[in-house]
Amino acid sequence: MPHPESWMRVTPQGLYCVPGDFFIDPGRAVPRAIITHGHADHARPDHDHVLASAETLGIMQARMGEGRAGRQRQVAVPGEVVRHRDVEIRLVPAGHVLGSCQVVLDWQGSRIVISGDYKRRRDPTCAPFEPVTCDVFVTEATFGLPVFRHPDAAAEVARLLESLRLFPDRAHLVGVYALGKAQRLIALLREAGWDRTIYLHGALLKLCELYEAFGVKLGPLAPVPAPAKRGAGGLLAGEVVLAPPSAEATAWIRRLAEPLVCAASGWMRVRQRAKARGVELPLIISDHADWDELLATIDEVQAPEIWVTHGRDDALVHAMALRGLRGRALHLLGRGEEDEDPVPPETAPAETATEQIA
Amino acid sequence: MTLPAFAYLLERLAFTPGRLAKLALLRQWFATQPDPDRGIGLAALTGELVFRAAKPGLVRELVAARTDPVLFDLSYDYVGDLAETVALIWPPRAGVNAPPPGLAEVVEAIEITPKAALPELLAGWLDALDANGRLALIKLVTGGLRVGVSARLAKTALAEWAGQDVAEVEEVWHGLTPPYLDLFAWLTGQGPRPSSEDRPVFRPLMLAHPLEEPDFPSIGPETHRAEWKWDGIRVQLSATPGGRALWSRGAEDISGGFPEILAAMDFRAVLDGELLVMRDGEVAPFADLQQRLNRKVVSQKMQATHPVGVRLYDILFDGDEDLRALPFDARRARLEGWFARTRPGRMDLSELIPFASMAELEAIRAGAREAAIEGLMLKRADSEYAAGRQKGKWWKWKRAPLGVDAVLMYAQRGHGKRSSFYSDFTFGLWRPDGQGGQELVPVGKAYSGYTDQELLWIDRWIRNNTTARFGPVREVEKSLVIEVIFDAAQRSGRHKSGVALRFPRIARLRTDKPAEEADRLATLEAMIVGEEAAAD
Repeated sequence: MPHPESWMRVTPQGLYCVPGDFFIDPGRAVPRAIITHGHADHARPDHDHVLASAETLGIMQARMGEGRAGRQRQVAVPGEVVRHRDVEIRLVPAGHVLGSCQVVLDWQGSRIVISGDYKRRRDPTCAPFEPVTCDVFVTEATFGLPVFRHPDAAAEVARLLESLRLFPDRAHLVGVYALGKAQRLIALLREAGWDRTIYLHGALLKLCELYEAFGVKLGPLAPVPAPAKRGAGGLLAGEVVLAPPSAEATAWIRRLAEPLVCAASGWMRVRQRAKARGVELPLIISDHADWDELLATIDEVQAPEIWVTHGRDDALVHAMALRGLRGRALHLLGRGEEDEDPVPPETAPAETATEQIA
Repeated sequence: MTLPAFAYLLERLAFTPGRLAKLALLRQWFATQPDPDRGIGLAALTGELVFRAAKPGLVRELVAARTDPVLFDLSYDYVGDLAETVALIWPPRAGVNAPPPGLAEVVEAIEITPKAALPELLAGWLDALDANGRLALIKLVTGGLRVGVSARLAKTALAEWAGQDVAEVEEVWHGLTPPYLDLFAWLTGQGPRPSSEDRPVFRPLMLAHPLEEPDFPSIGPETHRAEWKWDGIRVQLSATPGGRALWSRGAEDISGGFPEILAAMDFRAVLDGELLVMRDGEVAPFADLQQRLNRKVVSQKMQATHPVGVRLYDILFDGDEDLRALPFDARRARLEGWFARTRPGRMDLSELIPFASMAELEAIRAGAREAAIEGLMLKRADSEYAAGRQKGKWWKWKRAPLGVDAVLMYAQRGHGKRSSFYSDFTFGLWRPDGQGGQELVPVGKAYSGYTDQELLWIDRWIRNNTTARFGPVREVEKSLVIEVIFDAAQRSGRHKSGVALRFPRIARLRTDKPAEEADRLATLEAMIVGEEAAAD
């Protein structure tokens, strides 16, 4: 049986499958790519051929435009095997965002599973993670430190609802990523009984519509209205408003009634990170596996060797050594450094600014 | 009611910047919590409740027995705060189904538990709590609870919740002890007003505005009096028939930390002044005073090595007589007369600085290089002692800092709030390298002065321009110029450059300036106190 290192290489573009001659989540345009999910640090534009789930392809087209989401697009149905050259390719749900999948590769009796980003918590907006046993498990480690243990997301949503009761005169502005977190938070709010209209920053509209088109029910949504006159404020007191994490730093926010800035992110677990961002109500809601879930997943897939793509690989590799497993840090480029918030490009201030004009 | 409820209040308060929102959170706490928890919570928030039962070392030992040392160190390095790291990393214990402890239960148990049994007690509680509850517990029992709620704010919230005047609450406050059952009984209409018996009461302080250039023409020797602005902390001394108290600027009773001042208050008056560490009449730097702050009790040794005194600058009450409506000049005369009569120990008078013109005042200010002088205070001669910050009556005029354009050389991750940011910067200036070229030599470190936005920008710049790593320190491309300001430059044998800076901080990022155009070491040397004349 060939050792996985002989057929899976780390290149400047990212992970490269030698016998299949394709990349997984390459950082720049390549002839042939498999994409785990639609976040911008995994799905890049202008590949010649893209294999991904139907939802991921849909998300890529919505974000990049029809012309840039891969010249040829091949839908892979999760669970079904696609053969390419001698490599068997199978996508398996990763539970991260709508359409997110792990990539299971079999070649000459050797199996590598590339997790992409994943979580183990229930998410009403996407299919749950399925562990697959393998020889090498390529994992993320965004929250790869034992200080990251995400609390129950429903309890965090309850905190938001309690704040709405205590401060009914203030618009509650929650910073969320446009893909995944926004829709999951909406779904969690609906489960908690919040049936009022939820207001969206323009940057979130398109993907919420796409989720609805894929059958994910989000309830009444509306764009944040423009102020009656330029610079006027006071809108949406007591309402939930979702926006990209950087929106609170822009003039856009001035239209809201005494906005109470919240953020829904796993990073909110560490107080000083929340404080540094000026968040008044941190909500610890993450779409990534926490420390315990990383370890549990590694146990479940029974791989003797664990490769860590990005995140806190030092701690995870050390924890692997304690368990007698071989851990290897891949240091993939372009996946955000150790402790930086992985802010997808669409949330960059520049684009938020465009959004205000639109 | 349980500790998690208190933990929740603490967390909301810690993240809530607005005063009104803080008041709303506190009102809700008083309204929803039962006795005695709400009173204990109040005491904990206002710093009245202090434990020294558990040392941080004990908490560290408890967690060390439960975690891998490498994983703990990586975590601590990331989080930056010991209590928070422990609260987050504490491993859940299977099979624990004890309910989380109540606030009153914790306070009571801590007081009666023998030292040897404390670790087990604490570990049991930590097992039963979630991360927020663990953090609150650790901060509480190690005395590290800092929530950004002043006693004044807490009293205001109490007054608002009960529909009382805050002055009323203030008046009955002194002499009450946690959990304030009689206070809550009175505020909820179920008991009599607690007696205050002429207890000392905090009187709102008169505050100063920063003086700006456009205000200069309004200042003159006929209308204004000048004093040094000393770099200590503002205090109010209050001695009445009912007791003595030393109040901080924020109405905190800090009497416990300064017993020697309390002992010297053998009079009946309310005075305004600056608390300073003074040795033989010489004011020590603020860093020395810092050693004495935030202590509920103070050792004999500390009293000997860091002796404090008060430099008086105003008198609010002489005996029962309220002097606050008198103009400054009249109050000053009363203060001097009172001082000559009373001769209190550990106190002196803030001298008036004579001046003939604004120009002369500018020269006096520019000439001040003593470390303990922050600048000048300018007070209108005819102004009453007015509560709060009223424009045009008192001015503060800090002395201008010195500055150089330096090159960023190394950066280190900060602590606490900045634990995940490269926020401590080592910067250098050019000097001849002895081979006909120029080399950078480090001249100081700065970790303040920038805005949050600038910090984010520098942090990113550092990550993108790292050339080498030494543990938590990164060496960077020598290409970013920063304008560094500082209060003084001094000769130092301990620094490679031979110069030490006092309170260096970052004024501005000079992204417009190439590194080669940053300042030379000689420029800085010319600023050294007492050597100005030698400079070229």
